[in-house]
Amino acid sequence: MRAENLLRRRQARLAYAMVAPASLLIALIYVVPMIAVVLASLTDYTLISDYWEWVGLDNYKRMFGDAQFGNALRNTAIYAAIFLPCAFVIPLLLAISIQKRKQFRSFFEILYFMPVTSTLTAMALVWSALMDSRQGILNEWLGSLGLGPVNFLGSPEVVLVSLAGISLWAIIGFNMVLFIAGLTAIPRSLYDAAKIDGADHPVDEFLRVTWPALAPTSVFVAVTSSITAFKLFDTVALLTQGQPDHASEVFLYLTFLEGFEYFNMGYAAALSVFFLGVIFVFALIQTLLADRTAR
Amino acid sequence: MSDLSAPRPVSVPGRISALLSRVTPGRILVTLVLLLGAWLMVFPFLWMLSSSLKPTSEVFDADFSLWPQTFAGGQNYYDVLVAQPYLRYLGNSLIVCIGILVVQLVTAVPAAYALAKLKFTGSTILLGTVIACLTVPINVTSIPIYLGLVKTGLLDTYFSMMFPFFVSVFAIFLFRQFFRSYPDSIIQAARVDGFSEIEIVLRLILPAAVPAAAAFSVFSFVAHWNDLYWPLIVVQSQEKMTATLSMMQYRSTFDINYGRTFAAATVVTVPMLLVFVFARRAFVRGITMSGVKG
Repeated sequence: MRAENLLRRRQARLAYAMVAPASLLIALIYVVPMIAVVLASLTDYTLISDYWEWVGLDNYKRMFGDAQFGNALRNTAIYAAIFLPCAFVIPLLLAISIQKRKQFRSFFEILYFMPVTSTLTAMALVWSALMDSRQGILNEWLGSLGLGPVNFLGSPEVVLVSLAGISLWAIIGFNMVLFIAGLTAIPRSLYDAAKIDGADHPVDEFLRVTWPALAPTSVFVAVTSSITAFKLFDTVALLTQGQPDHASEVFLYLTFLEGFEYFNMGYAAALSVFFLGVIFVFALIQTLLADRTAR
Repeated sequence: MSDLSAPRPVSVPGRISALLSRVTPGRILVTLVLLLGAWLMVFPFLWMLSSSLKPTSEVFDADFSLWPQTFAGGQNYYDVLVAQPYLRYLGNSLIVCIGILVVQLVTAVPAAYALAKLKFTGSTILLGTVIACLTVPINVTSIPIYLGLVKTGLLDTYFSMMFPFFVSVFAIFLFRQFFRSYPDSIIQAARVDGFSEIEIVLRLILPAAVPAAAAFSVFSFVAHWNDLYWPLIVVQSQEKMTATLSMMQYRSTFDINYGRTFAAATVVTVPMLLVFVFARRAFVRGITMSGVKG
């Protein structure tokens, strides 16, 4: 009994030593900054004057009345509406058609996956050259089909579509790999059982077996892709800086501008808190859906 | 002769028709679409490599050819690697990525083991915090962390570039899941044999953690190599510029020298293509581990 107590106490002491560095860092990197960002959002702190006062909810009032904020949310929503369905459906179709193949399966897997690890900032530069309004190869291809020319990154109507296209190129392989893993985990017996029940047609098979069995993967892909869409930043910062005419000024880019270009820390903190709220909503949706699909 | 070949006319068309029955128009169409898609995936890389070997006048040539008519690759890459400080940028990226990874592993592995296998008060709270932090991206905490770095005068240092990523809650969570499946009976047996807890961790758990750690390492390295957001905030001088951040020099306007621009883009992304070639499986394992268990 005493020996067991001793072991337990020694174990606890060791455990504290083992979690101490990580706990300290989590406090410094996550907990304290999260409290600080909420507090900062209640001040009018700007780095330039280095002076602040409590202003209550003024920053939030300003945010919801701010045309820039409304514009950024609208742009993000439009971008997400273009990006998300494609980021879900295309990888799913790819995964289904690639997974069944005996030949060329890894050939396709490798090629579609190639953009995932590559440096998006460097490749965005390539895309902007391909999308060049006058000399770009995409417009040349469109021209040979008798279409275009399209000002991919320079026209307010098209810029979000073009950015969604670049993001899709970068994410398709990632989501495809997730779907392939999900498909591989579906037991063969489920398909055999469905066949006995008369599900012969591939569409039948998909609706009765694949889709329900794939639900946890689908929820994961949908939620992570939504968060990715909300976090659009790199290509905007590099290629458009929110232009033309604020048409590509998305939420995270606006927050970045307010905080690190204009140094309006109080207001940028309020935007960050809003961002945190959105992320939590996504996490909540994921948990709820994951619970439902698990049943 | 004719006797020997007599049965053949029967079987060859048989085999061909068997093959043909599998080659339906639908299948051909699917394969064509897959090939076209794959071409779209790979084309930007080919275009980049090809342009990096061309003189400026050829990059936007009306009829695109993969191989340059005038080879300027030597000059372009010499400019980028010798005349411009790209080796320094690559070195900075390497330092930052390795620094982050080492601290992440050193802090996450013991914490994950304690959370998975040891009993202590507060473990539930810690695990809850880890899981809650999984959803919090750097973009939310960047302002307070930035202000802290400004006040301590640490902006534009390697430390400031690495600090927000020193702890990976994702790694802690991933390794905890991994360690939980490690059989308790082996740990008990080791205790009975007189192993201390430290010895158990070093000699049993660490070797067992290698596959998970490898997958995570590739994941972490790629994520921080490609990160633009945080370096854009804390890096101010050429001396600390990372490879990815250096691409911002070309925002809105290209270098007048297009060939050189894309040689630079190639140099920045080549390490990631090497990761892709040599560590794709580990990377994919990292993704699917997060997907299945996250």
